[in-house]
Amino acid sequence: MNPGVESAEPGGQSGAASGIEPVVRASGVRMSYGDVQVLNGVDFAVAPGEVSCLIGPSGSGKSTFLRCMNGLEPVLGGSLRVLGEEVGHTLRDGRYRPWTPKEFAAFRRNIGMVFQRFNLFAHHSALENVACGPVHVLGAPADRARSLAMEHLERVGLAAHAHKRPHQLSGGQQQRVAIARALAMNPELMLFDEPTSALDPELVDEVLEVMKGLAAEGMTMVVVTHEIAFAREVGDWLTFFADGVVVERGRPRELLANPAHERTRAFLSSVRNQKERQEP
Amino acid sequence: MRTEPITGPSGTPVPVARTLHWGRWLSAAVALVIAGWLVYLVVVNPRLDWGKVAEYLFNERILSGVWVTIEISVLATALGLVLGVLVAVMRLAHNPVLSALASGYIWFFRGTPVLVQLIFWYNLAFLFPELVLKIPFTMIGLKWDTNQVMTGFTSAMLGLGLNLAAYFAETVRAGIQAVDHGQTEAAYALGMTPAKRMRVIVLPQALRIIIPPTGNEFISMLKTTSLVYVVAGHDLMTNASQIYKANNRIMELLIVASLWYMLMTAVATFLQGRLERRFGSDAVRLVRGGGLAARILPKAAA
Ligand SMILES: Nc1ncnc2c1ncn2[C@@H]1O[C@H](COP(=O)(O)OP(=O)(O)OP(=O)(O)O)[C@@H](O)[C@H]1O
Ligand SMILES: [Mg+2]
Repeated sequence: MNPGVESAEPGGQSGAASGIEPVVRASGVRMSYGDVQVLNGVDFAVAPGEVSCLIGPSGSGKSTFLRCMNGLEPVLGGSLRVLGEEVGHTLRDGRYRPWTPKEFAAFRRNIGMVFQRFNLFAHHSALENVACGPVHVLGAPADRARSLAMEHLERVGLAAHAHKRPHQLSGGQQQRVAIARALAMNPELMLFDEPTSALDPELVDEVLEVMKGLAAEGMTMVVVTHEIAFAREVGDWLTFFADGVVVERGRPRELLANPAHERTRAFLSSVRNQKERQEP
Repeated sequence: MRTEPITGPSGTPVPVARTLHWGRWLSAAVALVIAGWLVYLVVVNPRLDWGKVAEYLFNERILSGVWVTIEISVLATALGLVLGVLVAVMRLAHNPVLSALASGYIWFFRGTPVLVQLIFWYNLAFLFPELVLKIPFTMIGLKWDTNQVMTGFTSAMLGLGLNLAAYFAETVRAGIQAVDHGQTEAAYALGMTPAKRMRVIVLPQALRIIIPPTGNEFISMLKTTSLVYVVAGHDLMTNASQIYKANNRIMELLIVASLWYMLMTAVATFLQGRLERRFGSDAVRLVRGGGLAARILPKAAA
């Protein structure tokens, strides 16, 4: 065990001390698809402004955990508090009452999500994709939404492509539009599920650059990724996931240099080998 | 086929021989002879009075029948489309009761002949002599005599519309299911409610799949209305049959009716082509009027 890692808790021991509630606080989160147990008691926390990266083997439940955070999958055990609310339930008269679809929708407005496969609205141009949330969810006036959407596209370097449909854009451009779409809602938390895994290697950096910019501005982010270099450089914390539990977590540099667990070591060396095979 | 000569190894151009497709010529000739002979038999048939066809082609009752046929077709198609979307959305709902009701609806209306349904609606008065619409436990309400409401026209519209809805619901369901599920997740992640996601994201895209078959539904509806003559809906077929029952010129009036059906189908086919060109690739505007594009990008939409 690395004492340095254990003493400085991700999610801000300091935050708890100064009375700031963490943005995400998971304790013993469990989730299953039918009989298949996917999350077996996940403990996890993110303090405001932190970038927390999640790594782990395929099928270990990283996506599922991320999707639990904005209520796309139901939490079936333990407690998951995000932005001050128990996801999916409100405490009233000594009981937790399940949310209505409307309450889920209202909760998700404050959380941006970026998917591995972009999931842009195919019938909308890049600009319309970005304006869609403000117009249809927040009820913003169309011209105001339009100019704001344009600003967000400029920020991800795509102002010149505003009128193109998703199928006319490269993967990297689509993913940047997807990030702009999420940012247009002014989220307090951004969730990224392997945002660069579906991209050709030469398009990965343009997306990572946008994410680095976001991190530098102090956005609270949870990033599932296989980009070890990104996790080391940008992440405040690194969490290693396997078989539906957190195996270990710590400062990225320390965890990558000195993994405490054999599983982490094996995973890291397999990821590095893959990288070397791709880029000899 | 190549007609230009080929320059051979000797350096001089050598012409290309024409291939004679004997098989093609022969089959075309045989088909033409048979078709021409059949038409000839009908046209020169001494028992067929073409003067009567011309006389009745623009007969007042025939023209009014054409108009009623168009009315019934348009109204029944509209009813079928709206109800079909509703049934499809119910069918896909997570609520098992709604989904089962929608399946039952589809099964019932596809499982019984439309002719039976038409006669059923027309004779609804046997079951319910009066149609009553009133607020429960009060005396406030409206009441109609069923026989006055269920005229040939309304029962035709209801029967054909409800029937089309059952078929159309399956088309809509296929269209909705064809929209990539990832977009649904993205819509939820943005904070849309399920209803908003359906209206803003899924249906506009599903329309591209749904719209082309609606043209076919309408064209087939134009001709299915002829069944309405069993309930005396005063459509083209009803009026034509009433005329031939009086003057016994059955063949002539069937030809008159057929010519009108063919004309209506031709017009509808033309309109269908325009509809598909306009909306097939860009069905979005149909759902949302000017659409987001027109509202935020007036120049791009223009
Ligand atoms: N909709 C589903 N129905 C049933 N099982 C599922 C479903 N989605 C995921 N699973 C299972 O849950 C487990 C965890 O999946 P998850 O997608 O969270 O893994 P992951 O860590 O994100 O993997 P990857 O790196 O491949 O994306 C896997 O075993 C997967 O097969
Ligand atoms: Mg995943």
